[in-house]
Amino acid sequence: MNTMAKRRFKPWLMLSPTLLAYLFLLTIPALFVAVYSFWLGSATTLATREWTLDNWASLFADPFYWAILWQTARIALLATLGCALLGYPVAYFLARSRIKNKSLLMLLLLLPFWISYIIRTLSWINILGADGLVNSMLRSMGIIHAPLQLLYNEAAVIMGLMQYLLPFMILNVYVVLDGLDRNVEASAATLGAAPFRVFLEVTLPLSMPGLAAGSLLCFVLGGGTYVTPMILGGPRNAMFAQLIYDTIIVQLDWPMGAAMSMLLLVLLTGLVMLYNRFVGLGQVYKSLAA
Amino acid sequence: MSGNMRWNAIRISTIAVYLFLFLPIVAVILLSFNPRQYGGFPIEGFSLHWYMLLFQNDTIRRAAHTSLVLGAQTAVVSSVLGVLASMALMRFDFRGKRFIGSMLIMPILIPEVVLGVALLLFLRWLSVPRSYPLLLMGHVLITLPFVILVVQARLAGMRTDYEEAARSLGANAVQAFFMVTLPLMLPAVLAGMVFAFTISFDDITATLFWKSAGTETIPTEIFAMLRNSISPQINALGTLMIALTISLPLVAGLLARRFARGRA
Repeated sequence: MNTMAKRRFKPWLMLSPTLLAYLFLLTIPALFVAVYSFWLGSATTLATREWTLDNWASLFADPFYWAILWQTARIALLATLGCALLGYPVAYFLARSRIKNKSLLMLLLLLPFWISYIIRTLSWINILGADGLVNSMLRSMGIIHAPLQLLYNEAAVIMGLMQYLLPFMILNVYVVLDGLDRNVEASAATLGAAPFRVFLEVTLPLSMPGLAAGSLLCFVLGGGTYVTPMILGGPRNAMFAQLIYDTIIVQLDWPMGAAMSMLLLVLLTGLVMLYNRFVGLGQVYKSLAA
Repeated sequence: MSGNMRWNAIRISTIAVYLFLFLPIVAVILLSFNPRQYGGFPIEGFSLHWYMLLFQNDTIRRAAHTSLVLGAQTAVVSSVLGVLASMALMRFDFRGKRFIGSMLIMPILIPEVVLGVALLLFLRWLSVPRSYPLLLMGHVLITLPFVILVVQARLAGMRTDYEEAARSLGANAVQAFFMVTLPLMLPAVLAGMVFAFTISFDDITATLFWKSAGTETIPTEIFAMLRNSISPQINALGTLMIALTISLPLVAGLLARRFARGRA
């Protein structure tokens, strides 16, 4: 083989183990999910190999699924919104402050990625639980006598998600704010814009790519969560991923679970594709590699 | 509002957000040393009682063993695949490179529940029962995109002329790789391994789908423990996990730096 052909062949050789792994662990299994969603459920085996639209029909017709889907979207959206509101000032502070310990603050921001997700989630029980920080403080101050029920509701789920998702948002906004040409803001100020107007009409619009990338990540990661609502939510705060787990692992209804998985995949990945089409995922990937 | 006040508001909200992120975690660590029977506040002293119970707990020991072995094996497989793929993407030009590059990272944005269902369904169809190899393959799939992302970022800053110099001085491709390229790449490989280990060690959602009935990893064991009651043992276990997963990148960073200095 001459060197030219070798150079053409070599990268594919190096990529092949990974591509094979993806093919057998992801692509083919995903195709199976798609096929199964059109098969009939069966009590004894995985499915009866008879084509049917029943799973999809009941998925679209049953208001129960729509209610859970809407609840999932609402929780993910509120968590994303909360992350944007709380995260933006932090990103702004990190990008603009000249304090000495800034690198320490940046390091702290990456720290949660190294701390177990389930520990971070259940840590809220220590704060909001019956014996948690809030209740024990209120009790010792004599404000309450019986503990308040602060856990197992939608607010607790959203808080848990926000703690998990905030670093993603902050990093995305920070990367953009840090790279902004400060001269643009300076000229706006020189031309007579008040500081707040400079922020509103120059800084904020210019930081939109970061805000958008962070929001996409927060929403997609939040919308697919299973563990957070399991730990911090009550029975009335079920999210769609819990429904999938129940359908497949508990009820063993594989075709129905397959249809539900497809729906979640299409909705969330569809969002990512749309984003990629109109904005591009480069920003998202850049922040993830940080 | 004056500029100073506005800046103060930003500073205060930054402090508040950091508290929001870290106060619960600090509470885990503090409460793990609290001798109080049911866990929770107030803190009534200092004791290693929960740690003692933890070390005597066979279920936890088994889960820790599974998690550590699984994490280590995932790290090895994932970093070998990931480093090869990253090098192909960084060092060569070929058709469809950009497309493949972004496709390889895509699974990060696929809900883990769906990854879990898909692989489980496929293996069920093949009549392969849930088992440890399934768990390992699944963890490789979950960690690979992150490894590729991180290793690519590390390789981007690496010069290639040392390798070319070695080749022109008569080293063959294999020699050049093992004696020049690999040592230079070691920080990137280590970063990939540490990353893969941490993600595998931490994974819960997909693991719940893939694990066989008798197998528990630490996260799934904690999840099962939470169902019954919230034992202060969980706080102690959490503290140990935090210590492990935070010290790992620090140690790897130090190792990589020491190694780099030894070479230079």
